[in-house]
Amino acid sequence: MTAVTDREQLAYIAAQAADSRVNVELDTGDMTLNIGPQHPATHGTLRIVAKLDGEQVVSCDPIAGYMHRGYEKLTEVRTYPQVTALVNRIDWLGSFANEVPFILAAEQLMEVEAPPRAQWIRTVLFELARIANISLFLGDMGAQLGAITPVFFAFRDRERVLNQIESATGGRFHPNFDRIGGIKDDLPQGWIDETRSVMTKMRTFCDEMEDLLLGNEIFAARTRGVGVIPGPVAQSYGLSGANLRSSGVDWDLRRDAPSPLVWSELDWKVWTHPDGDSFARFWVRLQEVRESTHMVDQMLDGLPAGPIMAKVPRIIKVPAGEAWVATENPLGEMGYYIVSKGDLVPYRVKIRSASFNNISIVPWVMKGVLVPDIVTILASLYFILGDIDR
Amino acid sequence: MSSSETDEAVEPVEADELRDGLVDAFRAELGDAVVGSHVEPGVDVWIRVTADAWRAAGEFARDRLDCTYFDFLSAIDWMPSPFGRDMDAQEDEASADGDEGAAVMEQGVAGGETRFQLLARVHAPAKGYGLFLKCDVEGDPPTADTWVPVFAGANWHERETAEMFGIDFAGHPNLIKLYLPGAFEGHPLRKDFPLLSRRVKPWPGIVDVEQMPGEDEDEAADAGEGAGS
Repeated sequence: MTAVTDREQLAYIAAQAADSRVNVELDTGDMTLNIGPQHPATHGTLRIVAKLDGEQVVSCDPIAGYMHRGYEKLTEVRTYPQVTALVNRIDWLGSFANEVPFILAAEQLMEVEAPPRAQWIRTVLFELARIANISLFLGDMGAQLGAITPVFFAFRDRERVLNQIESATGGRFHPNFDRIGGIKDDLPQGWIDETRSVMTKMRTFCDEMEDLLLGNEIFAARTRGVGVIPGPVAQSYGLSGANLRSSGVDWDLRRDAPSPLVWSELDWKVWTHPDGDSFARFWVRLQEVRESTHMVDQMLDGLPAGPIMAKVPRIIKVPAGEAWVATENPLGEMGYYIVSKGDLVPYRVKIRSASFNNISIVPWVMKGVLVPDIVTILASLYFILGDIDR
Repeated sequence: MSSSETDEAVEPVEADELRDGLVDAFRAELGDAVVGSHVEPGVDVWIRVTADAWRAAGEFARDRLDCTYFDFLSAIDWMPSPFGRDMDAQEDEASADGDEGAAVMEQGVAGGETRFQLLARVHAPAKGYGLFLKCDVEGDPPTADTWVPVFAGANWHERETAEMFGIDFAGHPNLIKLYLPGAFEGHPLRKDFPLLSRRVKPWPGIVDVEQMPGEDEDEAADAGEGAGS
């Protein structure tokens, strides 16, 4: 009897010891979760290092630079016309939109102005780049949250827009079509009618996205109130584009900055949302795509005739000076600060890309969120890696 | 130092007043710390302050001039490249003879005295204007106060500027490399940092802007046939 008691007692002591060892050895402190640089939940090669306490994010650091190409250095040894081939690859989903502010800044220094028809076609292509870019976001945002259908729809319909960009410029991804003083070619025959029908299809696409996602309970539960960025914080981080407007800041460079492009001549609306959460960012972008299709329709109706190229010397030398032009690109504000010393090549080009600022808020916005929300917030902030790393 | 107002006919007059007013506001607040300014009527305004007043200028713009939107912060290296740009632009060959001191350093708008200059832009979304702030930085390494307490978004921009130009930001909470690997030596955007791929193999792109066969240079300049595609 005593033996059994002893054994029970021993077992009890052993169990206690095991428990205490478990309690000691199980580290309940922070855990580091490394996402990327290559991971299904990342875009491009942005690496995220998150410190977790259980399911909650304590701190979150995005690590960029895996794809830095040194464009600011390279521009110092490229002639002005050659630079557009580089800057095409910054935000590669909306390439044409990258060229425009650089060309406009160079034109500002040279005091050259492109003819009206060129400005209109630039604006059309700019908005097409926006539609192609953001429609992919609309699908991808669904995919990140587990809805597979939207991404197929997005790729299907973006293809139509890319086809239009290709038939006008010759390049699906990297048009390299904008020139100092105008554009490379006029529009091909029949392009305007085709583009009109594509715009109709893109509006249908927007309706589909709305049906698929906006009313979806899961989508709402995963995005509403997730990653809230108040307006003042968004401004101090320099967020731009839909990320800023979905925080209730009514700021759109297409309307608020003087530009030789023709947005001011169109009838359109800047969409904002007061919530500042992931849902708001999706909603604003969806409205913007729809708004852009209407803008393209208006521009196709009002396209003026005339030359597409101003008189520009064959060898382009930009007079000494400094110029800054920023435009409202698909991802947000993209600007170039050009310092010229009168050479064939720029002296210095500062590239202000939208995603760089948009992602620099990640450590702030990720504090205290849950692990699945990391994916939601990253998807809703919407960045292109080339736009961070340049 | 405002630019001349001779071309007022084409520029909106109220924009001039607005931007001159911004310069005056800075001068009233910071006094002698404002060492240069430039107004491009209807386009933009540049204000250059001393390094000591760099933080104060940011705070003043944010608190008193409604410039709550942080756009970007970077730097410019004004030293003429000791390598020239011989691969592309022949006119730089003069400075490619290794005589680094000979080439004249010329700063851009709003002037400057030092090799490195900080450049930042802030916006007032409610008012619809933006302004550039410039600042000469001196020392080895060149040092300026951090803007992180003023604009949280300056964090990454200062990290990038620090690694690319070797400028130190006093008081920055986390001034580690942003893009470059930790052991990287040198500061790539400094003008004396060689672009090694160019040293090894000349860029063939210069061919693009050579004159066409049978065309002399004047014709080429007048041809107006586009941007040398």
